[in-house]
Amino acid sequence: MSEQKLQSQTVQTTGHAWDGDLQEYNNPLPAWWVYTFYATVVFALVYWTIYPSWPFGKGWIGGVSQITYVNSEGETKTHSWNTRALLMEDLNQAAAAQKPYFDKVSAMPYEQIAKDPEMNGFILSAGKALFADNCAPCHQAGGQGVVSFFPNLTDDDWLYGGSYDTIHETLMGGRRGYMPAFGEVLDGEQVDQLANYVASLSGIEHDAGKAAAGNVLFHSDTAACYYCHTSEATGRKDMGAPNLTDNIWLWADVPAATGGEGKVAAIRGVIANGLNKGVMPAWSGRLSPEQIKVLTVYVHELGGGQ
Amino acid sequence: MQTGLEDQLGLYQKRIPIFTRSVKGRFRRFKTSVLVLAYAIYFLLPWLPWSRLDAPAQAVLFDLPGRRFLIFGLTVYPQDVIWLALLLFIAAIFLFFVTGLVGRAFCGYFCFQTLWTDFFIWIEHKIQGERPARVRLYRQPWDREKLVKVGGTHALWILVSFWTGLTFVAYFTYAPQLVVDFVTGQAAAAAYITTGILTLSTYAAAGLMREQICTYVCPYGRFQSVMYEPETLAVHYDARRGEGTLGRAVVRAGRGIVVERRRAEGAVAEERRRSSLSAGQRALAERNEKGFGDCVDCGLCVQVCPVGIDIRDGLQYKCISCGLCIDACNTIMDSFGFPRGLIRYDSEKNLAAATPAPPRVQWKRLKTIGYGVALALMIGYLGYSVATRGSFDRAVNQIRQPLYVVLSNGDIRNRYQIRITNKAAEDQTYVFSARGIPADALDLGNFNEITIKPGHSGLVQASVRLSPAVAANTQHFELVITPRGKPAEARSEKVRFDTPGKRP
Repeated sequence: MSEQKLQSQTVQTTGHAWDGDLQEYNNPLPAWWVYTFYATVVFALVYWTIYPSWPFGKGWIGGVSQITYVNSEGETKTHSWNTRALLMEDLNQAAAAQKPYFDKVSAMPYEQIAKDPEMNGFILSAGKALFADNCAPCHQAGGQGVVSFFPNLTDDDWLYGGSYDTIHETLMGGRRGYMPAFGEVLDGEQVDQLANYVASLSGIEHDAGKAAAGNVLFHSDTAACYYCHTSEATGRKDMGAPNLTDNIWLWADVPAATGGEGKVAAIRGVIANGLNKGVMPAWSGRLSPEQIKVLTVYVHELGGGQ
Repeated sequence: MQTGLEDQLGLYQKRIPIFTRSVKGRFRRFKTSVLVLAYAIYFLLPWLPWSRLDAPAQAVLFDLPGRRFLIFGLTVYPQDVIWLALLLFIAAIFLFFVTGLVGRAFCGYFCFQTLWTDFFIWIEHKIQGERPARVRLYRQPWDREKLVKVGGTHALWILVSFWTGLTFVAYFTYAPQLVVDFVTGQAAAAAYITTGILTLSTYAAAGLMREQICTYVCPYGRFQSVMYEPETLAVHYDARRGEGTLGRAVVRAGRGIVVERRRAEGAVAEERRRSSLSAGQRALAERNEKGFGDCVDCGLCVQVCPVGIDIRDGLQYKCISCGLCIDACNTIMDSFGFPRGLIRYDSEKNLAAATPAPPRVQWKRLKTIGYGVALALMIGYLGYSVATRGSFDRAVNQIRQPLYVVLSNGDIRNRYQIRITNKAAEDQTYVFSARGIPADALDLGNFNEITIKPGHSGLVQASVRLSPAVAANTQHFELVITPRGKPAEARSEKVRFDTPGKRP
């Protein structure tokens, strides 16, 4: 039967016969297919010429396509095509597009930047990106901070002052908040009296008798609280001493504590142990003056400023 | 036994060229009117002037760099993409609706493939002559005459294709400037590329591929076919009448027809039809008595068909429902004095009936009514939406990090970011106010108002400060944005106010 089939068909065989009658048809590829294959070969040759292709020694053949960019040190580099250089080129272009805005920022006073609708739009977007890259790890994405660690930038209380100049100063030089541990110089009873007094200042449930004693102690030279917190307990901004009379708590987690006793305990902890963690780094060497100026206006706007 | 492996059937079938005969009649007239109207709109619209303050004086201009679409008095921004979506929905439903009623009417009369092919065939006809002349030209060897005529045809096709491509580009830029720039080499690269691609594709699709586009490429034809119902009107050959019991029969000697007769003016044909009515009736009675059908097998319906099918084989997927075979058959029926309508618009259901009624559009079906209602609702909504569009877009987003801030005196503050896009044609200043909260609670910082250029967006930060007692009773309030001097265009947004410890 296979004889019959072989006779009836017209397809050429390869001419070989295995095991007597086993033959192989020779069906050529369609011409268009072959030509497409040749075209891909040509394409590959062109591609190798233009783009990086083959490993060669310890490097590779780079191809004729080159990218020139300015790196972060300000040096102009030319490199054969690669995606990192492509990214640098894109970043250069983005920086060039932002430059007119940053130039304007450095030329304009703070108030004028904040009142110019176009610049304000730039501050809102560029400031947001800068804040997210540099500030958000501590102060959180929205600037709300973390109680007992990092100040909230969106409220109306400013430890070191909320004017443009003081915010700028804070950003440039950084800050270091410090409070001695009064547990080492006062006894437990005195610390408790002070805690009750501080609670009384912002209307938190407290022991009136202890608070009265605390009041005396607060203004005495034994505890000397008033040196930094002032005798009105509103805090000295040049020292970064917090206002104790308002509803905002940074170090003692009063809002989260339950009941008068718990809130007083939270305050007591801060007085007894003191603070040595209110550190904000200086940004003057890390960000450009224009970037710091953008952040100043952005942060000022977060909390409404002063 | 395995078969088929050795079959030498080619996978590629060479196109059999189609030389359509021109024809006159109702459907030809309708097709021509649609063609003239469509071409007038397509080719002239970019040249229609329209005075504008801030844009080129062109009535229809799709300003891609400016991110806006100027359509007469209407400016559409990318934010209005819902209109485009709705328009596409309407187009689709309209296609389904019409297809359910009268078949592939879109294919036959309105599709640009049909229109351009029709126009290209008209050019071919003008240069190379009627069908027999074109067939003769096709068969004759390449001589001077063939070279001139075929070359001229293709040259004209390419010219029309080029102008088609350039006109398309003219919708995206100021047309007079485009033509000057295009000639002087100053136009954008995109203009040259687009024109080039459209020139080639128009030439290839309407000049070379023609019905192959409809048969092999176009998906619409395929899915329209499945929307046919027994009640759908389509171009049908009345086989019962045409075939009789013994089949078709050519007219016997002495009464043979001269096909060129159909070229007679309409009035003459009409007169001839009347005068030969009785003779025709007699001939018809004679045929029917012998058992022959009414079809005289003249083949004219095949010769006029732009997709090269024989409608007498029944409804088929290649048929684009252009109605030219109806015109052809009616011409022949007239010349014999036979009644018209051997090929006609009719439904399968009616044709299968014992006594076919006069064909008419049948819309009393759930599907058709459903599509009709959906169509009316969508067109109504689109019209309403366009007519009552605001002069600006706004988005009021509450700042969520943090949702609220407790201030030093215990007040609660929420902050909001307001984005406004000016969709009017001129600069506009917007002012803000709040309803449902105390008058002094809304604080806009440095921007009590903002002026925005047309087509641009502006950002404003707003904060709302409420005392704990008021905050406890405030879930929402309304923020009102008013274009200065146009209180009627004010829009309000309902916004949330969050307080500590309150769950949404």
